[in-house]
Amino acid sequence: MNEFLLNTLDATLRYSTPLIFASMAGLFSERSGVVDIGLEGKMLIAAFISAAAASVFGSPWIGLGAAILASSIFAMIHGFATITHKGNQIVSGVAINIMASGLTMVLGLAWFKQGGQTPALANDERFLSITLPGVDIIDYIPILGDIYRELISGHNILVYLALLIVPLVWWVVNRTRFGLRLRAVGENPKAVDTAGLSVERLRYKALLIGGILCGIGGAYIATAHNAQFTKEMTAGAGFIALAALIFGKWRPYTVLSACFLFSFLKALEDRLQSVIIPGIGEVPVQFIEATPYLLTVILLAGFIGRAIPPKAVGEPYIKEL
Amino acid sequence: MTRDTRLAWINGLMLPLLNVLTAFAAIAIVFVFINVDPIEAAKIVIHGTLGYEEGVGYTLYYATNFVFTGLAVAVAFHAGLFNIGGEGQAYVGGLGVALAVLAFDPSISPWVVIPASIMGSLLFGALWAIVPGYLQAYRGSHIVITTIMFNFIASALMVYMCVHVLREVGQMNPQSKMFPETAWLPFIHDIFAGIGYKIAPSPLNLSIVLALLFSLLVWIFLWHTRWGYAIRATGKNTTAAVYGGIKPKKVIILTMCISGALAGLVAVNELLGYQHRLMLDFQYGYGFGGIAVALMGRNHPAGILVAALLFGMLYQGGMELAFELPNVSRHIVVVMQGLVILFCGALEYIYKPRLVRFLAPIEASE
Amino acid sequence: MDNSHIAIELIDVDKHFGAVHANDKVSLTVKTGTIHGIVGENGAGKSTLMSILYGFYQADSGHIKVFEKDCKFTSSRQSIDAGIGMVHQHFMLVENFTVLENVILGTEGGALISESLEKARKELTRLGVEYGLEVDLDTPVELLSVGILQRVEILKGLYKGAKILILDEPTGVLTPQETDELFRIFSALKEQGVTIILITHKLREIMSITDQVSVMRDGKMVAHRQTNETSTEELAELMIGRKVLLNIDKSESKSGSPVLKVTNLHVSNEQGIERVSDINFEVCSGEVLGIAGVTGNGQGTLLKALTGILPLTKGSIEVFGKIITSDNHLGPRILRELGIAHVPEDRQRMGLITEFSASESALLGYHNDEHLNQGLLLKKALVKKNCESLMSSFDVRPADPNLKSSNFSGGNQQKLIVAREFERDPEVLIIGQPTRGVDIGAIEFIRKRIIAMRDAGKAVVLVSVELEEIMSLSDRIIVMCDGQITGNVDARDAEERTLGLMMANALTSSEKNQEVQS
Repeated sequence: MNEFLLNTLDATLRYSTPLIFASMAGLFSERSGVVDIGLEGKMLIAAFISAAAASVFGSPWIGLGAAILASSIFAMIHGFATITHKGNQIVSGVAINIMASGLTMVLGLAWFKQGGQTPALANDERFLSITLPGVDIIDYIPILGDIYRELISGHNILVYLALLIVPLVWWVVNRTRFGLRLRAVGENPKAVDTAGLSVERLRYKALLIGGILCGIGGAYIATAHNAQFTKEMTAGAGFIALAALIFGKWRPYTVLSACFLFSFLKALEDRLQSVIIPGIGEVPVQFIEATPYLLTVILLAGFIGRAIPPKAVGEPYIKEL
Repeated sequence: MTRDTRLAWINGLMLPLLNVLTAFAAIAIVFVFINVDPIEAAKIVIHGTLGYEEGVGYTLYYATNFVFTGLAVAVAFHAGLFNIGGEGQAYVGGLGVALAVLAFDPSISPWVVIPASIMGSLLFGALWAIVPGYLQAYRGSHIVITTIMFNFIASALMVYMCVHVLREVGQMNPQSKMFPETAWLPFIHDIFAGIGYKIAPSPLNLSIVLALLFSLLVWIFLWHTRWGYAIRATGKNTTAAVYGGIKPKKVIILTMCISGALAGLVAVNELLGYQHRLMLDFQYGYGFGGIAVALMGRNHPAGILVAALLFGMLYQGGMELAFELPNVSRHIVVVMQGLVILFCGALEYIYKPRLVRFLAPIEASE
Repeated sequence: MDNSHIAIELIDVDKHFGAVHANDKVSLTVKTGTIHGIVGENGAGKSTLMSILYGFYQADSGHIKVFEKDCKFTSSRQSIDAGIGMVHQHFMLVENFTVLENVILGTEGGALISESLEKARKELTRLGVEYGLEVDLDTPVELLSVGILQRVEILKGLYKGAKILILDEPTGVLTPQETDELFRIFSALKEQGVTIILITHKLREIMSITDQVSVMRDGKMVAHRQTNETSTEELAELMIGRKVLLNIDKSESKSGSPVLKVTNLHVSNEQGIERVSDINFEVCSGEVLGIAGVTGNGQGTLLKALTGILPLTKGSIEVFGKIITSDNHLGPRILRELGIAHVPEDRQRMGLITEFSASESALLGYHNDEHLNQGLLLKKALVKKNCESLMSSFDVRPADPNLKSSNFSGGNQQKLIVAREFERDPEVLIIGQPTRGVDIGAIEFIRKRIIAMRDAGKAVVLVSVELEEIMSLSDRIIVMCDGQITGNVDARDAEERTLGLMMANALTSSEKNQEVQS
C-alpha cells in the first residue's frame, strides 16, 4: 500500500475533525436562518478554555466540558444580539471572532504567564489515540489490514465522534420534528410563527447546538490534535468550515465531503512543503493553501453549480404582516 | 425640542455614547477579572498615549491606519455592502507599494516614486476589492463570504510573493529588500526638525496628512457629489435607486473600488512611512479594526476620525499596559475592538426602547 | 364547544402601532356556522383585527371570546388550539417543503416526523374528499399554482382542527374560475358547520357569499348588516364614509398626435415570469389613458416597462421617435432625460428614500441634472432651494427640506413625489396609484394637478385599482386582466359594471352565454 497516500489520508481525517464539528455547527445555525461567521471565534475560545481547564483540572473531559460551556456562551451572545435584539448577524459574528481572539490572548497571559500559551498537556490531560479492536487480526489481510491499522484505527475518540455526528445531524435535520421546524424557520420564519411556533426559541436552540459543536471542535484542536493552546491556533479552521458549509450547500453529507476535500488539500500541502517536483520545481504550497477559498469563491460565483442558501438566512425576523 | 429632533439626538449622540460606555464597562470587567485595577490601567493608557511626545506620535501613527480602514468600511456600508475584506485589501495594497517602489531606480526623485507608490497601494487595494464587488454585482455571490475568502487568498498570495518572488537575495526572512530612501515618506519629527522644532522621534509620518485629506475627500464625495448620492441611495433603498436611474451593479463596483483603495492606503503608512520594506502581516488586525472604527464613528468621516484616535490610543496604550503590567497582554485592545463591534454594531439599538420610554414622560409633560 | 351559538365575540379591541391607531375599540360578533364578511378599504384595520384574533399580534386592550369562552392569546398556538385557522393574504408556506410537510408544521405530534406524516396523509386525504380539496400531497409547494396553494392553506387550518377559518383577501390573486371554486369550497365548509370570516374589499364577493357583513373604516367598526338586507351601494358608502365621490371638473380633452405607442408588448417581472402579454395602445398628447384592473394583473410590470425599469421581452415601445425593444433597452435615466416622468405605485419602496431628507428625496432621478451639478460637485444649496419651491407649489407640509422623508404623512410624501415629477415639465407622465393611502384633501389636489397636466398638452398614462379614480380622470380606459388587455373604451361611455366585467375578463363569456340562451 502506498504509504504516502495512507499517511495523507490519515492526516486528512485528523484535519477534517474540527472542520466537521464547526461546519455542522454552522449548518444548524444557518439552516435556522442565522448567519454564523463566528465559528472561528467559538472554536478558538473553546480551544483555549479546553486546554486551560484540562491543564488545571488534569482531565481532558473537564476541558471538553468547559470548552462546550465557553463556546455556548459565545453562541448565546450571538443569539442575544441577532435574535433578541435583531442586530446585524455579520457584525455580531465579527465581534465574536475578534473578542475570542483578544480574550484568549489576554486571559492566557494573565492566567498562565507563558506569553499567551497554556502549559503543555501531559498525556492524561488530553485525548489520546485509541487502537480499535481487531487490528492484530485484520493486519494479516493485505491492503485492508494496512488501511484498518493506519487509517481507521489509531485516532482519538473525538475523530470517531465527528464521523458519527454527521449521520446524526442528517437524521435530526431530515427525520425529526425539530429538524422540520429548523428547516422551516430558515426558509420562511413567518410560516413558522403563524403555525404557532416561536421563531426565537427555535433559533436559540439551533445556535446552542452550534455552540456545543464548536466547543467540541475547539477542544479537539487544543487537547487532541495538539497538546496545548497557542495563539490563534484555530488558524482559520472556522472559516474553512464556513467555506465547506457553503461548498456543501448546507447539506450534511455534501458538507462532509467538502470537509474531506479541504482537509485533504491541507494534508497534501504539509507533505509538499519544499518538495521539488522534477520539471516544475518547488511546489508553491501557498497555492494549495488558497484552494479551498478559491473553490468556494468560484462556487459562489455560480461557475460550478449553484449554492443557494436557506432563504431567510441573514435577515432578523421582525414580526409584521 | 420636537419629537423628531429629540429622536435625532437619541439616535445620533446618546445611543452611540451609551454603547461605547457599555463597551468600556465591559472591558473594565475584563480587567477586574484578570486582577488589574481598571482605573490604574486607564491611567497608564492615558499617560502612555497623551503623556509624552513619543506616545502621542505612536498613537497618531496607529490612528492613521484606523482612519484608512475605517473609511474603507464606512464607504462600503453606505452602499449597503459589508466589506469585511479590508485586511486583505490592505495587505495586497502593500504589494502595490512594493512593486511600484522596486520598479523605480533609486536615483529617481521622491516626487515621482512616492506618488507612484501611493497610486500602487490604491490600485492594488481597489483591485482586491473589485473582484468580490464584481462577483456580488454580476454573479450574485455574497460579498461578505467572498471578501472573507479573499482575505485568506491574499494571505497566501503575499506569503508566496514574500517567500518566492520579492525576498531579498541571500536573506532567510520572507521580506523584500529595504526600499531606497527616495521612497520613504518623511517622518513628522523630521519635518518638524526641518522647521526648527525638535520633537521626539516616532513612526508618525506624512501619511497622517493623507488620512485627514482622505477623510475630507470621502465626506465631500459621499454628501456633495452625484456619485456619493447614488451610493447612499443604493444603500438605503435599491428599488428607489433603480427607479431614480441609478445602476446598482455599477454602484457596487465603484464603491468596492473606493473602499479597497482606502484600505490599501494602510500600506502607505506602514511600508512607505515606517517599515520601508514589504513584510508579512504588516496590516495585521487593522482591517478588522476598521469595522469597529466605522461602527463607532457612525460611518461618518468626522466620527471615524474620533474613533480612529480612540483606537490609536488603545493600541498604543495596550503596548504601554503590557510594558507596565506584565500580567496584561497588549491584545487587550483586540478585546476592546470586539466589544465595540458588539455594542456599537450588533447591539446598536439595545438601549433605544429604554431611552425612548425613559424620555416619554418628560415629553408628555411638555 | 361546537354547540355554542356564537363563534367569535370581540369586545372593544384596541391596538396601536406607534402613532397609528390600527384598531379603535372594535367589537364584532360572528355566529357559528355562518360566513361573515368584513369589508373596508386598504388600511382600515381588518387585517390587524384578524391577526389579533389569530394571536399573531396582541391587542393593547379588549376581550376575545371564542365559542363563548374568554381567551387570551399570546401566540398563534393558543388561537389554533381554540379552533381558529387563518389563511393569510400572503401564503405562509415553506416553499421547498411538500404540501404534507407544510401542513404538519407546528402540529407534528411526536418527535419523529415519519409517523406524523403518515397520520397526516390519511387525514388530509379524508378532508380532501370531504370538502373537495384534493391536492397532491408530495409536491413541493413552490411548484403549485396560487389556487392550489390556497387549498393547501385551508387544509392546513382544517387539519389543525379549525372550526373557524379566517381568510384575508383570498381572491386577490385568484382568477375568476379559481374564485368560483373557492366559493364552492366555502359552501361545503359551511355545510359542515365551519364558521368562515372573509376579509375583502370586493363588495361583489360579500354580496354573493356572505350571511352577515361588518364594515370597518379608519380602524373603527362602523356597521354590521345582514347581507340580504343591504346593498353594494350602502356598503360602499359605509366603507368610504362619504356620500359623493370626488368629482373633478374637467373639460373635453383636446388631444393631439400620439406620443407613446406600445406595440405587441411582452414583459416579464423580476422573477422572470411573464406578466404582460401582447399589449397594444397609444397615448396622445393632451389625454389621460386610464388603465384599470384588479391588483396584480400586470399593471405594475407594465409601468416598470414603460419607465425603463424592466426590459421588454418582446414587442416595442415608441416614444419621442425612439424605439425601445428587447435588444434596445433604454433605462430610467435616459427615459427621464427624454421627458418621461414616473410617479411610482409604491411611494415608500420606490418613490422616495425614507431615510433621506426631503430635499434629497426630491433629488431622486435628477441628481445627474446639469444645472444641479457644478463640475464634480452637487449644488446642495440649489437642491435645497428646488425642494423648497416644490414644497410651496404643491403645498407639502411641513415645508422643511431638511426633515427626514419618513416623517411626512403619506399624503405629503405623495405630493412631494408628484411635485418632483410634474415640475420638470415632462411630455409623458406615467402615474401609478397616485392617491393610494392618501388623505382626501391630497387626493383632490393630486387629481386636479393630473388634469392640469393633461390640459397643458401632456400625455398621461394612469394606472389605478380605484375604478372611480380611473373613471373620473381618464379620457380613454383600457382594462387589464392577467397581463392582457380585456377592454378598451371611451371614458364617456364607460360604465362601472362593464368595466368590472372586463376586469374579470368575464365580458366575452357572459356575452357568449347570452348568445347561447337567445
